[in-house]
Amino acid sequence: MKRVFDVFPDGGAKAMRSFSLKKLLYIPILLVFLVGAFTCFYTVNAESVAVVQRFGRYSQTAPPGLHFKIPFGVDKVTVVPTLRQLKLEFGFSTRGASNEYQGSQQPELERNMVTGDLNAAEVEWVVQYGISDPVLYLFHVHEPEATLRDISESSMNEVVGDRTIDEVLTYGRSEIEIDCLKKLQTTMEQFNMGIRIEQIQLKNVHPPRPVQNSFDEVNRAQQEREERINIANGERNKVIPKASGLAQQMISAAEGYALQRTNEAQGDVARFSQLLVQYEKAPTVTKQRLYLETMNTVLPKMGSKIIIDEDAKQFLPLMNLQQSPPPKR
Amino acid sequence: MNKFSFPAILFAGFIAIIVLSSSAYVIDETEQVIITEFGKPVGTPINSDPNVNEAGLHFKKPFIQTVNRIEKRVMEWDGPATEMPTRDKLYITVDNFARWRISDPKKYFESLRDTRTALSRLDDAIGGATRSIIAKHDLIEVIRTDKARKATLPDDLVETGIPATLPTIRYGRQTLDQEILAAAKSKATLWGIELMDIRFKRINYKAGVIDKIYDRMRTERQQIASKFISEGEGEAAKIKGLTEKELLEIQSKAYRQEQEIKGKADAEATEIYATAYNSSAKAPDFYQFLKTLDTYEKTIDRETTAIFTTNSDLFQLLKSVEKEVSAEPAVPTP
Repeated sequence: MKRVFDVFPDGGAKAMRSFSLKKLLYIPILLVFLVGAFTCFYTVNAESVAVVQRFGRYSQTAPPGLHFKIPFGVDKVTVVPTLRQLKLEFGFSTRGASNEYQGSQQPELERNMVTGDLNAAEVEWVVQYGISDPVLYLFHVHEPEATLRDISESSMNEVVGDRTIDEVLTYGRSEIEIDCLKKLQTTMEQFNMGIRIEQIQLKNVHPPRPVQNSFDEVNRAQQEREERINIANGERNKVIPKASGLAQQMISAAEGYALQRTNEAQGDVARFSQLLVQYEKAPTVTKQRLYLETMNTVLPKMGSKIIIDEDAKQFLPLMNLQQSPPPKR
Repeated sequence: MNKFSFPAILFAGFIAIIVLSSSAYVIDETEQVIITEFGKPVGTPINSDPNVNEAGLHFKKPFIQTVNRIEKRVMEWDGPATEMPTRDKLYITVDNFARWRISDPKKYFESLRDTRTALSRLDDAIGGATRSIIAKHDLIEVIRTDKARKATLPDDLVETGIPATLPTIRYGRQTLDQEILAAAKSKATLWGIELMDIRFKRINYKAGVIDKIYDRMRTERQQIASKFISEGEGEAAKIKGLTEKELLEIQSKAYRQEQEIKGKADAEATEIYATAYNSSAKAPDFYQFLKTLDTYEKTIDRETTAIFTTNSDLFQLLKSVEKEVSAEPAVPTP
């Protein structure tokens, strides 16, 4: 630095004229030296590697850390974030993304698709990828992200184009993700872009808005079907157990009746058998005794009793029957 | 210093730098270079062979030769979305893209010179090929890809009547891609361009067509919805019928069992009685006698009026005693 000041000393004009030309030559050399000193190193952050080109030709890939290079355009360093997980959005775009290719430029066109049964569906999805080979990524394909976007869209269109609307909207979602990922990975290998596809995620998938109502109606109808079946089953569950209980009751009552009947019969028979033994010992006497005993209990209960002579044959027509009417039935 | 003055050295250095800077040039990994002399290409293109890496520092004749840099990487062509009719007269918007590289830089340089021109030529070539191939095929051939794929339907949705059939195809999207590629490729070769592949990016219905598609989708969904509803009704009726059947079955079974039990008990009782009442010769008579007495006891009450004659077993004594003892009438009056 001192020399720079020495170039314009406060000395005589003569001295200045004789030395100035020679010394002036040092200025650019010094400048070049300074600029070179400040531009001969570079740092690579932890998630990246640096691809170094010397005179345009690839020379090395540098790992994270501080590195030196030849300045003045001899060594060109491109930092590529190989460990960062990158993402592309289709049919929508999140604001403030650091990756300029991430968001969708034409969301409307991207998400509208034709399904295999010639219906229309709206599909939004995300592709997660990373840079697997920084050299291929930089040197093999012009604008790899734009190409990746187009291939992703093409793959998703193919997969959706081979499915029915119901597969796309409801039960086929995970299969779509898997199939599309497979397709995209195969294409990526073929295109040799230095990009690896990590994941495909379907986001919002729905029918086009003008027909959304009809699809909702199907859901409602499905609910209604379940509801009707549930109500019928509920009714059944209410009726059958009660009927079973009542049936059990009837059977139990019948069994009671059976017990009663046989027990009574056995009782009756036991009594009869006892009597019969005595009767057989003295039939006439027993018979008479039993007869009279019965009469003894029966006659007092009787309302009126008429005893006539066996010879009074004309008695009946004269009798006043009004005061004792025949028993009512 | 002695021989040459300082300004002379300075001048010589200056000239050397100019000549060097006009002679040396750098070829990047992503470029191929054609050297021209007064606008005319000379020599073979540098760094154009994909298998030989010639990137790096190169020299040319200063001043008279010019470096023309041409892209070496694989380039993308993404043409405009275009409306066109299919063979079955449906208007669709087709958007496809292609990947290409400059395989013959000399030809490319002579016929097109820059990327912009190349892309607009490709617009014409690929656009035209796409239009004519699309017009040769039905819509479904651009939509579907895999001929073998059949639509799936989970088991629990089989009876819902959700349609699970895909229209069959004869060619498919990838075949059409190939046809377009084949048609456009030869043209591109004339410009030193190798078309690597062409793919459909999007196929969309044209605005006028989409309304019809929506109408069809609506009616299809309505069919499914009404099927669900009637199925629910049917299923409910089935359950109701089953309930009724089961109910009647339970009730009638119970009745049958009840009658069986009772009948068996009655039979058993009858057998018990019969055995007892037939146990000896006198038993039937005695039973009849006892039962008769029993019946008297049960049937006679206050309402009963009985007329006996003196001939009866009970009252015969009345008469015979009168005869034997006195003539006094002893008939009780009611």
